Amino acid sequence: MKSDVKQETLALNGDEAVAYAVKQSDVDVVAAYPITPQTIMVEKFSEYVANGEVETEFVCTESEHSAMAASISASATGARAFTATASAGLALMHEMLFVASGCRTPVVMAVANRALSAPLNIHGDHSDTMAERDSGWVQIYVENAQEAYDSVIQAFRIAEHTSVLLPVLVGLDGFTLSHTLENVTALSDADVKEFIGERKLINVLTHEGKSVPFKLDPDNPMTMGPIALQNYYFEFKRQQEEGMKNALALIRQVHDEYAKLSGRSYGNGLVEKYQLDDAEIAVVCVGSTAGTMKTVVDELRAEGVKAGLLKLRTFRPFPVEEIQNALGKVHAVGIMDKSMSFGGNGGAVFHEVRHALYDLAERPLVVDYIYGLGGRDYNPKEFKKIFNELRQIAHSKRVHKLVNFTGLRE
Amino acid sequence: MATTQEWKITAKDIAEKPDILMPGHRACAGCGPAHALRLVMKAIRGPTIVTEATGCMEVVTSIYPYTSWAVPWLHTAFETSAANASGIEAALKVLKRKGKLKQEHVDVIAIAGDGGTFDIGFQALSGAVERGHDFLFVLYDNEAYMNTGIQRSGGTPMGAATTTTPAGSVMPGKLQHKKPIADIMVAHGMEYVASASPYYWKDLLQKVRRGLEVEGPAFLHLFAPCPRGWRTDPAKTINYSKLAVESCVFPVYEVVNGKYTLSTPSKLIALAPQKKKPVADYLKGQGRYRHLFAPQNKHMLDEIQRWTDERWAKLQQKVEQTA
Amino acid sequence: MSSKDKGWKEIAPAGVSPKSSIGFMTGDWKTYMPVRDLEKCTTCLMCVLYCPEGAVRWRPEMGKIEFDYSFCKGCGICANECPTKAITMKLPEKEDE
Repeated sequence: MKSDVKQETLALNGDEAVAYAVKQSDVDVVAAYPITPQTIMVEKFSEYVANGEVETEFVCTESEHSAMAASISASATGARAFTATASAGLALMHEMLFVASGCRTPVVMAVANRALSAPLNIHGDHSDTMAERDSGWVQIYVENAQEAYDSVIQAFRIAEHTSVLLPVLVGLDGFTLSHTLENVTALSDADVKEFIGERKLINVLTHEGKSVPFKLDPDNPMTMGPIALQNYYFEFKRQQEEGMKNALALIRQVHDEYAKLSGRSYGNGLVEKYQLDDAEIAVVCVGSTAGTMKTVVDELRAEGVKAGLLKLRTFRPFPVEEIQNALGKVHAVGIMDKSMSFGGNGGAVFHEVRHALYDLAERPLVVDYIYGLGGRDYNPKEFKKIFNELRQIAHSKRVHKLVNFTGLRE
Repeated sequence: MATTQEWKITAKDIAEKPDILMPGHRACAGCGPAHALRLVMKAIRGPTIVTEATGCMEVVTSIYPYTSWAVPWLHTAFETSAANASGIEAALKVLKRKGKLKQEHVDVIAIAGDGGTFDIGFQALSGAVERGHDFLFVLYDNEAYMNTGIQRSGGTPMGAATTTTPAGSVMPGKLQHKKPIADIMVAHGMEYVASASPYYWKDLLQKVRRGLEVEGPAFLHLFAPCPRGWRTDPAKTINYSKLAVESCVFPVYEVVNGKYTLSTPSKLIALAPQKKKPVADYLKGQGRYRHLFAPQNKHMLDEIQRWTDERWAKLQQKVEQTA
Repeated sequence: MSSKDKGWKEIAPAGVSPKSSIGFMTGDWKTYMPVRDLEKCTTCLMCVLYCPEGAVRWRPEMGKIEFDYSFCKGCGICANECPTKAITMKLPEKEDE
C-alpha cells in the first residue's frame, strides 16, 4: 500500500513509539504512574512536558488506581485522556476499569503486557490484560512498535466515536516490544491531528430537561456516576454491550481510513490472515508472537506444508465472524495462549476462539498451547513442533491432549 | 491566600441562597452530613464541580433517575474523590489554556466521609495534596462507615460501639483513639486546613469560602453527627455538634500556612476554661457510648477525658507556638 | 421495577440523571410534623439554616418562613434548635377517610 503523505522514519522502542503517538494526538490530560516495562512511556512523555513540546497536563499520580480515576474524571470534564500501565498496575486499576467503561469515558491506555505476581516477574506475558477482558474495554494487541504507534492513534478515534464511547486498551508485549528498538515510520503532527480530530461529545438530557454535551460543565450541570439499582443498572450494562457491537464495525473503518493515509494495514483491523486461504493447519496468536510465527509459516510453506496464521489484533470486541470465516475450513488449529485461566481448561484465547467456531457445521479441531509465561523464551523450532502436532491431529482427526504447555520443564 | 476581604454573611443571606444540595435526597431524618453539605454548598462562590466518594451522601443524593445536585457532580469509587479532583482540575487547566473553557475559573470540591478520607481514600488524598491540585477537600466525619451499617473507621473515636467494635463483655467498643487527620493534613504543608461544626454555621460557611479561595489544595474537616449510627435522637443532631465543640472533643480551628488559630467558639473556651464541658456531657446521650457508663468501664471514660484534655492542651500550645 | 421505567435505548448513557430529586417527595416518611406558633416566631431563620432537607424556606418577598411538608422528614431539629421554642412537633391530624 502507498501513502501520499510525508512520513518520517524514527528509531524507537515500543514504549517510545506509544509516547510519540500520544504526543501527536493532542491529548489534554495524561495521568499515569510508572511501572516496568511501561516506564519509558511516562519518562519519555515527561520529557515532552519538561521541554514544552506538548500542551498536555501531566498528572504523575501516587498509584495506578488514582491514575485511572484521574483519567476518568478528566475525560468526564470533556478532556482527551490517556494513561499507561502494566501488570500489577493494571490489576490495581481493576476496579476503575469497570468505572471507566461504565461512565462511558473514552480513555485510551497503553499496557506493556507483563506477568502478574506471585512470584514477582517483570517480563512479558498476557496475564494482566486477559484478566481484564470483561472490564468493558476495547482490547487491541500489537505485533511491533510500528503497530503500537499506529494503534494508539487509531484508539482515540475508536474510543471517542459517539457510537462507541468506550475506553480502549492497546497491549504491547513487555520488553519484546516495549524495550526493543525498531524503525517506526511516523506521520506528521498535522496529519495525526487531522486524522483524530477534536473530541466530539454526544448530547444528553439532564435533570434540568436540557439537551447538552455529555461533560461536567457548570453552565449545564449533570450528575455522572450515580447509584443505579435493580431497576436501571441492567439497562446501562446493555448500552455498553451496544457500544462494543458498534466498535466492531468502527475499528475496521478507522483502520481502513488510517491505512489509506499511512500506507500501513493490519489485516482488516480485527484479525490478520497470513497464508490462511488454503491452509490445512493454522495457529492463532496475539501480539508480537505473530512476527515469529510468520517466519515459521514461511519456512513450512517452503517445505510444502499448508500452514497458516491468524493474528488476533482485536480481542474485545471479539471478532466472531472473522474467526469463523478465517478458520472454518482449516482442519486443525493451535491456539497460542500467553496467559492461564487457572482451572479453566485452557487459556482465554483458546476459550473464545473455540467458542466462536462451535456454531459452524464443519469446524476444525482446536487445541491450546500455553507458552511464554513470565517472559519464558520461545523460538521457531518450538513453533514448528506445534505445527507438526497439528498435522498429526489433522491427519488422525484426533486430539490427544487439549491443553498443552510449550517450553515448560516437566 | 487570595482572600482580600472577610466574607460577611447573615442568616438572611444564606436563607435566600438556593439549595445546591436540593431537597428530595434520601438521607435519614436528622442527618448531620446532609445538613453539613447543604451548608457547604451555600458557600460556593461561582462555577463549581463536585466529585464525591462512595458513601452515605453519594448514595442518598444520586439514586437514579433522581439527583439532588444542582451543580455538575461526579462519582467514580470509594477511594477516589481526591484523585477525581486531580483529573478534573488538570482537565480544567488545560482546557482553559487551549481556550476551550467557557468559565474564567471553576472551583473543584471533593467530598468524602471518614471512610473515604481517613482510610481507603487517604492515599489518593495525600497524593493529590502533595501534587498541589487546586481543590477543596471536604471531609464529613460521622465517625464510622454508616452507609454499610456502622462499621468502625480510622475516624471512629475510642469507646464507640460500632458493628465491628461492638460493646461486648470483654471489649468496651473501639479500643483505639481517632486518627488525627487534620494534623496529618497540616503536616503536608498545606496552605489551609480547618475544622468546623454545623451548629456554628457562619464559621463553617466562612471556612468553606476560605478553602475555595486558596489557590491549591485546602482541607476542611466537618463534624457530622449521625443519629442512626450514634444512636442519638434525630432532633439532637445540631445539639451534638455544639456539645462536641463545648467539650473540646471537636475544637474548631484554622491552620493557615502552618499558623494555628482557634475559631471563636473554641477560643471562648480557651479564654474561659471553666466553660469547658466534661466529655461525659457530650457522650451520655449517645447510644454508641452507653456501655461506657457501666461501672466496669469507668477507665474508658477517664481515658477519653484524659486524651481529650491532652489534645486540647496541645492544640492551644500550637496556637501559641505558631502565633 | 415498574412498567414506567424506561428501556435501555431511551435513557442517556453512563447514568446521567434525568430528574431532579425535587420530584421525589420524602414528606411521607415523617411521624411528627413541626407546627409553628407565629406569635413566638422571631424569624431568626435558624430553622431554615439547620434543616437537613431544605424543607424550611425563607420567602423574602413575603417576609415569612414556610414549611414544605412534602419534603420534611419530621426529624425535629427545627423544634429543638428554635431559640424561642416557637416550633413543636405534633402528630398530623388524620384526614377524613
